[in-house]
Amino acid sequence: MVSDGEASFFKGMLLGSISCVLITLFGQINIPHEGKIQDHEHHHLRAPNREDFLKMSEVQRMELSKSIRVYCIILGESKYESYRAILKDTWTKHCDKAEFYSTKNSRLFNTETNDMWLQMRETYKYVFEKYGYDYNWFFLARPTTFAVIENLKYFLFKKNATQPFYLGHTIKSGDLEYVAMEGGIVLSMESMKRLNRVLNSENCEDQSILWKLSEDRQLAICLKYAGVLAENAEDSEGRHVFNTEPIVHLIKEAMSNNPQQVVKGCCSDMAITFNGLTPRKMEVMMYGVYRLRAFGHHFNDALVFLPPNGSEND
Amino acid sequence: MSEIQFREMASKSWLNFLSFLCGSAIGFFLCSQLFSILLGEQGDTQPNILHNDPHARHFDDNGHNHLEGQMNFNADASQHADENTDISEKLYQKVKILCWVMTGPQNLEKKAKHVKATWAQHCNKMLFMSSEENKDFPTVGLKTKEGRDQLYWKTIKAFQYVHDHYLEDADWFMKADDDTYVALDNLRWLLSKYNPEKPIYFGRRFKPYVKQGYMSGGAGYVLSKEALKRFVDAFKTDKCTHSSSIEDLALGRCMEIVNVEAGDSRDNTGKETFHPFVPEHHLIKGYLPKTFWYWNYNYYPAVEILHFLQIEDLWQPCVEQLYWCHFSTSMCSLRVLLSHFGSWLLF
Repeated sequence: MVSDGEASFFKGMLLGSISCVLITLFGQINIPHEGKIQDHEHHHLRAPNREDFLKMSEVQRMELSKSIRVYCIILGESKYESYRAILKDTWTKHCDKAEFYSTKNSRLFNTETNDMWLQMRETYKYVFEKYGYDYNWFFLARPTTFAVIENLKYFLFKKNATQPFYLGHTIKSGDLEYVAMEGGIVLSMESMKRLNRVLNSENCEDQSILWKLSEDRQLAICLKYAGVLAENAEDSEGRHVFNTEPIVHLIKEAMSNNPQQVVKGCCSDMAITFNGLTPRKMEVMMYGVYRLRAFGHHFNDALVFLPPNGSEND
Repeated sequence: MSEIQFREMASKSWLNFLSFLCGSAIGFFLCSQLFSILLGEQGDTQPNILHNDPHARHFDDNGHNHLEGQMNFNADASQHADENTDISEKLYQKVKILCWVMTGPQNLEKKAKHVKATWAQHCNKMLFMSSEENKDFPTVGLKTKEGRDQLYWKTIKAFQYVHDHYLEDADWFMKADDDTYVALDNLRWLLSKYNPEKPIYFGRRFKPYVKQGYMSGGAGYVLSKEALKRFVDAFKTDKCTHSSSIEDLALGRCMEIVNVEAGDSRDNTGKETFHPFVPEHHLIKGYLPKTFWYWNYNYYPAVEILHFLQIEDLWQPCVEQLYWCHFSTSMCSLRVLLSHFGSWLLF
């Protein structure tokens, strides 16, 4: 015989579950609506087309490409210290400036902290103060990410850095759309400005209630408060240009999902990032992207980026 | 009602109320957790990316998992709008290469299928050689057994088959393993400088055991038409022996006997173009220990590029134009790199 107390308990549980279901369903109905509107407000950002370039003279193109200045932040825990050398000698050479930030940087952090969101905030603050006006784009990446900065610059070619851009590989988590840190986060100068205005406010403090929110989600919340929304970067065929996984994984997925169109379905020709690479794989990428080529194929690229002076592995 | 009874009733209902609240809170919490897991998964999975409509956010309905059929890389169908392949196409016509891939029934699905879907498409003719025939793949049945000790026998029979059926269809005849990646464009560039009527063969040249050296089996090798004729003829006239468990060495010995020259396949800066191992092994200094047999086998001195001044001081010979590479993984990744990644960069 169930006692009164237990009966009420179960009644309560039932009510709780039902109300939860109702609320969630109600919320779901709203999301596609919002989603649709937001889609029409440029949630997907596309790379420039060939036509965009044909109208410009070569001089104009040169000028514009020089005006895109990218500052690269490599943010990682101290266990990635060993990646520093490789990163310095590989893709980060192509940034206009690149610096490695980790908890071992005594200038920013007093003690080694495990709070990634705190690290990120302090890093962004520092970078903005020091470089906010010297560079117009700020690219944050993990030490395990390989980036092709030339493709990034191409992507940003006609985008105005005085607009609030927040780009990368976006993920939707409930109501929040955020840029995944693994794929790399791109902020325009305007976004940096706005971010730094609100970084000290309480809206940007740790928003975690029950479980810890990842720092990329926290960043999105903070930016949202400042009126900056995340946008997914895509090529002209709708494929991601920022990738959160290594090529091998993407291809494996494509092989099982899309065996007739493996390469076409999986990876963009002008991919900007891949993540999950070891230093060795970075060497291979460097070789594959900048050196290995098939004889007899000529790419008439709209933009020209020369390797940095004295650089020999690209 | 007495006061005591009243108090009892009050406390009971108070208790009931509490347990009701408790129940509803727990019910709500559990439910929300469940939903967040379900929704979270939905949020994190990205829609399959083959749509052209910028506003479409639906999930591509691909119920096919593990399609065991033909795999199409389609790497050239989506050619870059600005890519000019005139020279590559001209070379395709001018330097005809027949590729035969050494494989076996157990490797068709795992390895040979991917070779077929990727680089082998660029051969003028591609053949897959196995111990048994497979009409669907298709493979040529050599009627041998499988196993490392059968390699040389398989090689002889394969070249014989090619000679008997396709001699006039190509100028150059290349052997590769099913875990090798070949950049055909670059191979054509090398071979375009030579006359296929000349008895010569190319690969990664090793120096021991054979005076003029021999070509590493793993890195693959390519014979001129004349070299193929002489090789096949050598067994009819007993100039070369059939029995050997070391395929590449035996072939190299035979080549020397029938006066087929061991060619120099290096590029114009002296760097090797045929590689017996995966790129990492060749690109990263110190990956292969100094005591490794490989270092004593190379016919030509290793060319080092003196720029990488880090903890690992010197680079391994890096090849600008990679011809062959003996891969065990990442074959498809390299295909992606090779045909696509160069697109927006100045090289």
